Amino acid sequence: MAILETQQLTYTYSIGSPFEKTAVDHVDLKIEEGEMVGVMGHTGSGKSTLIQHFNGLLRPTSGKVLLDGQDIWADKKKIRDVRFQVGLVFQYPEYQIFEETVFKDIAFGPRNMGLDEKEIKRRVLETAHDIGLKEELLKRSPFELSGGQKRRVAIAGVMAMEPKVLILDEPTAGLDPAGRDKILAHIKAYHERRKNTILIVSHSMEDIAGFADKILVMNKAKLFCYDDTEKVFGRAEEISEIGLDVPQITKVFVELKKQGLDFGKEVYTVPYARDLLLKHLHGKAGDGQC
Amino acid sequence: MENIIEISGLHFSYPADDGKEAAEVLKGIDLTIKEGEFVAVLGHNGSGKSTLAKHINAILLPTEGKVVVGGIDTADEARIFELRQCAGMVFQNPDNQIVSSVVEEDVAFALENLGVPYEEMRRRVDDALKAVNMYDYRQHSPSQLSGGQKQRIAIAGIIAMQPRCIILDEPTAMLDPQGRKEVMATIRRMNREQGITIVLITHYMDEAAQCDRVVVMDKGTIALDDTPREVFSHVERVMEIGLDVPQVTELAWELRKAGCDIPQDIITEQECVEAIQKLFAQNKAISR
Repeated sequence: MAILETQQLTYTYSIGSPFEKTAVDHVDLKIEEGEMVGVMGHTGSGKSTLIQHFNGLLRPTSGKVLLDGQDIWADKKKIRDVRFQVGLVFQYPEYQIFEETVFKDIAFGPRNMGLDEKEIKRRVLETAHDIGLKEELLKRSPFELSGGQKRRVAIAGVMAMEPKVLILDEPTAGLDPAGRDKILAHIKAYHERRKNTILIVSHSMEDIAGFADKILVMNKAKLFCYDDTEKVFGRAEEISEIGLDVPQITKVFVELKKQGLDFGKEVYTVPYARDLLLKHLHGKAGDGQC
Repeated sequence: MENIIEISGLHFSYPADDGKEAAEVLKGIDLTIKEGEFVAVLGHNGSGKSTLAKHINAILLPTEGKVVVGGIDTADEARIFELRQCAGMVFQNPDNQIVSSVVEEDVAFALENLGVPYEEMRRRVDDALKAVNMYDYRQHSPSQLSGGQKQRIAIAGIIAMQPRCIILDEPTAMLDPQGRKEVMATIRRMNREQGITIVLITHYMDEAAQCDRVVVMDKGTIALDDTPREVFSHVERVMEIGLDVPQVTELAWELRKAGCDIPQDIITEQECVEAIQKLFAQNKAISR
């Protein structure tokens, strides 16, 4: 069964004012449990508005959001529980850190859930480990840490609530390549261990190509597509046209195809491109050498 | 061409905090940049690249060594305004640099401070806004603009001062792909059409590949300094430093390792397409 589902979800900002704008327009979507989803769309496409519906930060103008088959707005009083089950990590979450120690900051969410001290401690230690924060850092003030460490503390704070669905809005924005790879690797490892559902918003298709099973693309308030990663990359040209960045390697293979070298496969990572080329250069035997 | 930036023996440490030793961030930098050059500075977080940039317009002063920009020693306090008119800086976060509630007033801010006469100011503000393609938005409120548009307004504010050099510290890090393209196109135009020297600090390898020259910082020193083609051809070294190379360069390197006859110095998509076609043409010839 789908863990997260939207039915004709529509959201309009500032209804009745001159600034009225429909940011999400009749979106139907089903996200299965355990999937790792990359979410794309340029600024103003509606992707942020969409994800804010998933944990009830916004209430649909019309249509429904279902979590585990239940309409999250069926009982308004239960919306708080929805926020524990669907964790949302905002952009630049390190600006939201406020506690005296790293431990207390990560513990903030679990404590609000009313868990006992023993359980809180277990979760803090486990998530700190998951996200690659050493135990000795837990006693430190989060403000003494580096930018990348602070960001991981903020992400751990949401992970520690052990949400069924974890949504991260541009978790790698502003990081250098090493910092970016580190955070993505930790999130991936966490996903493999917990088998929960994760949605990552990213502008970088090169990053998304490295982790996502499926890709969701928003364009002009509508769902442009939601499909397997390979199938979405098969539409590279259309995706370029709606203003998104296609990986450089994909562009090369699109051009090769135009020039008559068609490998019959969608290419979006460098290792895959290498193997594919070597195989074709060397006939079917492909011993990985040229 | 004249050297616009001359950095020699530059060392810099942030002051010692209580209980902590002063950490040396820059460990002897020698770097000269010629007027009209378009230089990218790459390096991972903590490599010292932003600290280096802040020395160019005297936001920071050397602990040791010397920085001379447009003939002015940055340590000469009496000429600091002159220096900052010569070398303007654009920062990462567009929201932290906008001071006014109307676009054109924001661009005029520095000129008002410098006491530029009204007619002259009007002309320079209009020219600067046209140069960044934001003239139609001159009466807008910056709050209604996208990140890329705000960054172009920040650039216009610098251009209005008619600097010889602009330093940009990760100006596209917080922008989406569309905003990145707009800002990069604007910077390139400033360089080509007005001959303004550009020092671009970035994490994006595709941006660095568009520059004339790439300086790679590592642990407070300069690790590589050459054309993008030459720098990225040192794939292993660049990766060792914790940076990426463009995907096409990485693919060529991987294929070379597997024994393919493909050039080492591919940095554009077009070159990659041609090289792969050539490989397949050769392959066909052999199998016949």
